[in-house]
Amino acid sequence: MHLLDNESGKARLRASEPRGGIKASRKILVEEPVTVASMDHLDELEAQSIYILREAFARLKKLALLWSLGKDSNVMIWLARKAFFGRVPFPAMHVDTGKKFPEMYAFRDRYAKEWDLDLRVEPCPPIDSVDPTLPPAARSAARKTEGLKLALVKHGFDGLIAGIRRDEEATRAKERVFSPRGLEGEWDVRDQPPEFWDHFNASPPQGAHLRIHPILHWTEADIWAYTRRENIPIIPLYLAKDGKRYRSLGDADITFPVASTASNIDEILAELEDTKVPERAGRALDHETEDAFERLRVAGYL
Amino acid sequence: MNMVLPSAISATPNGTTRPQVRIVIVGHVDHGKSTLVGRLLHETGSLPDGKLEMLKAVSARRGMPFEWSFLLDALQTERDQGITIDTTQIRFRTRSRDVVLIDAPGHAEFLRNMITGASQADGAVLIIDALEGVRDQTRRHGYLLHLLGIKQVAVVVNKMDRVDFSAERFGEISDEISAHLTGLGVKPSAVIPISARDGDGVAEHTPRIGWYEGPSVVEALDALEPARPAETLPLRLPVQAIYKFDDRRIVAGRIESGSLKAGDEIVIMPAGKIARIRTVESWPVTPLQATQTAGRSVGITLDRELFIERGDVIGHVGQSPRDTRRIHARIFWLHDKPLSKGDQILIRLGTRETRATVVAIDKAVDPGALSNEETTSIARNHVGEIDISLAQPIAADPYHESPRTGRLVIEVNGRIAGGGLVLSVDAGQRAVPVDIVPVESALRADERSARYRHSGAVLWFTGLPGSGKSTLALALERRLFTNGGSPILLDGDTLRAGLNSDLGFSPADRSENIRRLAEIATHLARNGHLAIVAAVSPAASDRAAARRIADSAFREIYVATPAEICESRDPKGHYAKARAGSLPSFTGITNDYEPPSASELTIDTASRSVADAVDDIERMLARTGILFEEVADLAANI
Repeated sequence: MHLLDNESGKARLRASEPRGGIKASRKILVEEPVTVASMDHLDELEAQSIYILREAFARLKKLALLWSLGKDSNVMIWLARKAFFGRVPFPAMHVDTGKKFPEMYAFRDRYAKEWDLDLRVEPCPPIDSVDPTLPPAARSAARKTEGLKLALVKHGFDGLIAGIRRDEEATRAKERVFSPRGLEGEWDVRDQPPEFWDHFNASPPQGAHLRIHPILHWTEADIWAYTRRENIPIIPLYLAKDGKRYRSLGDADITFPVASTASNIDEILAELEDTKVPERAGRALDHETEDAFERLRVAGYL
Repeated sequence: MNMVLPSAISATPNGTTRPQVRIVIVGHVDHGKSTLVGRLLHETGSLPDGKLEMLKAVSARRGMPFEWSFLLDALQTERDQGITIDTTQIRFRTRSRDVVLIDAPGHAEFLRNMITGASQADGAVLIIDALEGVRDQTRRHGYLLHLLGIKQVAVVVNKMDRVDFSAERFGEISDEISAHLTGLGVKPSAVIPISARDGDGVAEHTPRIGWYEGPSVVEALDALEPARPAETLPLRLPVQAIYKFDDRRIVAGRIESGSLKAGDEIVIMPAGKIARIRTVESWPVTPLQATQTAGRSVGITLDRELFIERGDVIGHVGQSPRDTRRIHARIFWLHDKPLSKGDQILIRLGTRETRATVVAIDKAVDPGALSNEETTSIARNHVGEIDISLAQPIAADPYHESPRTGRLVIEVNGRIAGGGLVLSVDAGQRAVPVDIVPVESALRADERSARYRHSGAVLWFTGLPGSGKSTLALALERRLFTNGGSPILLDGDTLRAGLNSDLGFSPADRSENIRRLAEIATHLARNGHLAIVAAVSPAASDRAAARRIADSAFREIYVATPAEICESRDPKGHYAKARAGSLPSFTGITNDYEPPSASELTIDTASRSVADAVDDIERMLARTGILFEEVADLAANI
């Protein structure tokens, strides 16, 4: 094939001479002006996330994407549609505490249809079955961990795709992209495997599963900038009403709005430029005690 | 409809074009990495409201003086022990950069975490305690920066307050570390005296370091450049997967270097097949006309149906990667058990996964030690150069030519155990040496087809021992022969008695066994025969290799009889022996059989009679163009 390449090279050379043959001239005619799709910051984030999603799909047997209905997991679904050319080839699972905002349920039901998702709604057990030594909000949130465990047993997933980000919270900053979990779903932070050069540990032992984090490297601002660029639908609770908006959405009884006047995504991005309030400030479960959130995560919380 | 903005419009989150750089802070344990990070966040005004107060309260509650490092060492265990266990990331801004700081642990026990963090960085800050000076982990981290390919390194000499801000002490350390790094081919961009605890040298020059004239840490970070994707190097597109969600057959992967566009003539390595890119597919807008460059995750369709699989690498004709079965690499090792000559390992290079054997080890050293004492195996946290023999040919580049396809990781028991750079590839193992002149048959393929009423093919039976492969193969051979065809049975066990008698049952030997079967079968198929292969062939990668060799002549028949039925049949008595412990690597018991996902035919002999199954196979062969039903067509071909 070196020959072919040389041939076409010669053809171009000949074409630039006055007596270029017919074949050579035709060659010139079909050449289009070269346009190059250069990459910006969001393109780089997107390309990396797509790579991770495709690796997960190639290497694990039974995947599900955890759809919490929030801005991050909506971006994640969008990325999955990009990765797989419009179709999400695994179930979108909503582990439902039953205490989400009505707007969230409306959003779920509408877009599960519009995006043609294989939606699985899984219930959470009652609060009595959750570790009573946890502080109240964390204990309430831990129902989701228990619901997740039940769903894992029920469906036999070996990989769960989750939309957590490093910049959200300190323990999440330590996560791997492919994060192995124990048989009970627990996270062994002391013994995480090495992960480098986009080579991932994707061999969970029998009965255990992996968490896959395709947007671990994104920031809150990245999420909003991408949502704006791609026109991804959002739940209106994120936009300010009466001087308040939700920066992070969870259970209605343990999630609180922050003071804000940002009524569209541009204003949200401007607000994030200056704010020093952490994203999860309105999530009560993070702040009850020094280690409450860490305890939740080690036990298998997202 | 969703719009994609033209890429010329910046979409960085803050609406500017500030470059983002990722910086790792490395160095010996207790030399003050996390403290420096905490201080940097404070000096650049990047701390969230209330964080400082919270940390002060935490310190007070524990009866400890306030520590900047608490900020990053947010995990309970780390606070208790006062050391960083895992890598973490945090962001702040300098005048001209968005900085992602990666804090990596300095404790030797957590080197795997240091590597995890550092591998993501564009540049590094190597921190050294002014009192303690250069220590083993300082040297080790310096060496690993080199192995991880990080060329931008700034050195900070911390805790200058402990040495009374002595310019002389600073000079000693500066000379020693500069010599060490230069020896590794890394030139430090700055060596900076600081006190992270007090703030000297971090964001500004203080009178206490008045003798120092170089940049502060923040200024040095401002000078680091983001790593750019290698757009100017030759195209490398490692194949992640082939998707057939609709009528398109999309080859998906990320462009690691170079660029591509529709119409490009490409070569698929290691097989060396040529094709043209028909379209570049995307969503929601498709197809894409523009040239796609390094860093993009893309999907392409080709102008012809070729067997292509995950792990192949696409390049441009004339600039393709080499195909090789042997690699020389410089690696770091993270596993408890030292890496030794003869070890069986799993290699990942690009998206290719292959089994391999370590055939030689040289220059194994502890990069933290001062002396270069060489050993014959590579211990945990040590480095060395190794020769690796691969179970199948792969596409690879030397690191210095193509960094992203010139590096590999090594996996042991499903966990990454090491990694390193490809120093050289022993290319051309499959090339035909000049003194070998293949002689083609006197008969043309269509002459044989006309007589046999079939074209040549490799009929590959795979399945558990006792699944019925040999029974079916024999019945099929008889049927095809009765119909005037030319079937030839290649039984795995029979060939092991002769041609393959030099091979055992290690993964590498099993791969070689399969390769030889595939080569012989393909030779027969090219000469118009139906080569019937009955072999357990448990590894999907081995079967994929066989398919690559036989190419379009390959037909896989998966004999999917349930395991318990196979064991109850036990025609050769192997299950009984294996259960008794006298047949250690017997596939029926070890559970290492990887079922095919896309075979041409699947047969369960528990529910299908031999005659029916042979009918099924004949139908499949007719359907896929191997058996000719129309005699008239044949006549036209002669």
